[in-house]
Amino acid sequence: MTDAYVVGVDMIKFGRFPEKTVPQIGSEAILMALDDCGLTIHDMQALYCGNLGQASGMVGQRILHEIGQTGIAVVNVANACATGATAFREAWTAVKAGLYDCVLAVGVEQMGKGLLGGAGGGSGISKEGLLGSGTMPAVFAEAGMEHANKYGTTFEQFAKVSVKNHHHSTMNPKAMYQIETPLETVMNSEMISYPNTKLMCSVNVDGSAAAVICSEKKTKELGLMNRAIKVRASILTSDPWQERDLVMPDVNSCTRKAAKEAYEMAGLGAEDIDLVELHDCFATAEILHYDNLGLCEDGGAGRLIDDGDVALGGRIPVNVSGGLLSKGHPLGATGIANIYEVSTHLRGEAGGRQVEGARIGLTHVIGLGSACGIHILEKVS
Amino acid sequence: MSDQPLPVVDYMKIPDDGDPYLEGHKCGKCDAIYLGERSICSKCGVRDQMGTTKLSTQGNLYSYAIVHRSFPGIEVPYISAVVDLDDGATLKGNLINVDPDPEKIEFGMPIEVIFADALGRKDSDGNSYLSYFFQPRS
Ligand SMILES: [Zn+2]
Repeated sequence: MTDAYVVGVDMIKFGRFPEKTVPQIGSEAILMALDDCGLTIHDMQALYCGNLGQASGMVGQRILHEIGQTGIAVVNVANACATGATAFREAWTAVKAGLYDCVLAVGVEQMGKGLLGGAGGGSGISKEGLLGSGTMPAVFAEAGMEHANKYGTTFEQFAKVSVKNHHHSTMNPKAMYQIETPLETVMNSEMISYPNTKLMCSVNVDGSAAAVICSEKKTKELGLMNRAIKVRASILTSDPWQERDLVMPDVNSCTRKAAKEAYEMAGLGAEDIDLVELHDCFATAEILHYDNLGLCEDGGAGRLIDDGDVALGGRIPVNVSGGLLSKGHPLGATGIANIYEVSTHLRGEAGGRQVEGARIGLTHVIGLGSACGIHILEKVS
Repeated sequence: MSDQPLPVVDYMKIPDDGDPYLEGHKCGKCDAIYLGERSICSKCGVRDQMGTTKLSTQGNLYSYAIVHRSFPGIEVPYISAVVDLDDGATLKGNLINVDPDPEKIEFGMPIEVIFADALGRKDSDGNSYLSYFFQPRS
């Protein structure tokens, strides 16, 4: 099978664009990704489009109505917050299979403000606040407190994740926010669901990101190898059975399974990774994934954040983009935006937040507790 | 409208002559316990070997969140708790009769399941509901 390369990739600056349509927002990132590699929509043989909010609305085709109706195959993908990564992986799969040699993947989302989730629904009465909470901040608070139960992780350690990611985002012009948030500010901001304060919850924003993926032969033919990023691993998992599944979405098992398979596919270990963009939908979640991705031994996550290992300049920088906490989290776009971030570092083009000498990076997203997408990327020079 | 309160979830049973209880469905092959009726086990995949089991009312606190912001009309703060029951099932619900303060909540604390009115909530037909809650076991 051929290797597959990201030859063009970009994202728009995340923000709130109520005056635009979803296809318009998606089109912007596609045009930027095409410009990144000097290709046009007429060079693309298929489009894999990730979007959640209008999952039945043929967003991919409507994007082509904006930027070029070339008649190519369009696949519309929805997989919760793993939507973008899933669209990217479908594109990668088609190139690996030899079906196409130059395809597009895009992730796009237009979000409202406010709480996501909620317990119950259906007939009868609301179960929210009666049988616990199904709000996302509470669900991820419970996942974090499971870690606290096992390893003694503290509120302060969870909060430090948010301090770090907000600091990183001050160096990322494409992040929603560029604001320093000291520890006291994070810990004293409005408590949403203990231990997640408002500054420890990801930001609902609109956004899009896109990537052009080519086969090895095509990448060479086009003369694009010098900035190309090799996809060393692409893994998608669903949630294996766990005893508490029925009441606790399990972000751990699907991540551990995906990480193991991704390292195997790449022939690499966690120690070979130079930077990680992982799914910090809440500050509590980031801590869990240090363990899950093997960045430390199980239970070592609290020490990793205390010691600064995961900050820019540390042993294994995590979410130097600012992460979902500060860059923002447009659900369907997130899984390609993190591929943009890692690719930009591997190309040495990340400016003030550049992870020096980065050669291999890992991206990770979670779709609720039931989908996990991991990609390992490498700059071949 | 029913004269009697209705069960808040379909896995709560309210016998005419006895105390309410929660019902689990247990796989005859691998012993996995589910809430709500089903015929196939998602752990081992075996079909048609589900039996019913009355869930324990005793357990221990496994994890929690203290919810300070919820949807409009929902009274906060409250403790959303995950409790491991003694028989291997896990339930989620409100933990009551404990201050919503992390200093007052201990992992592993003994919990009992109690049954009470669903915080006065009624459906559009005016029916009232019986719910379950967790409270510390003395
Ligand atoms: Zn079974």
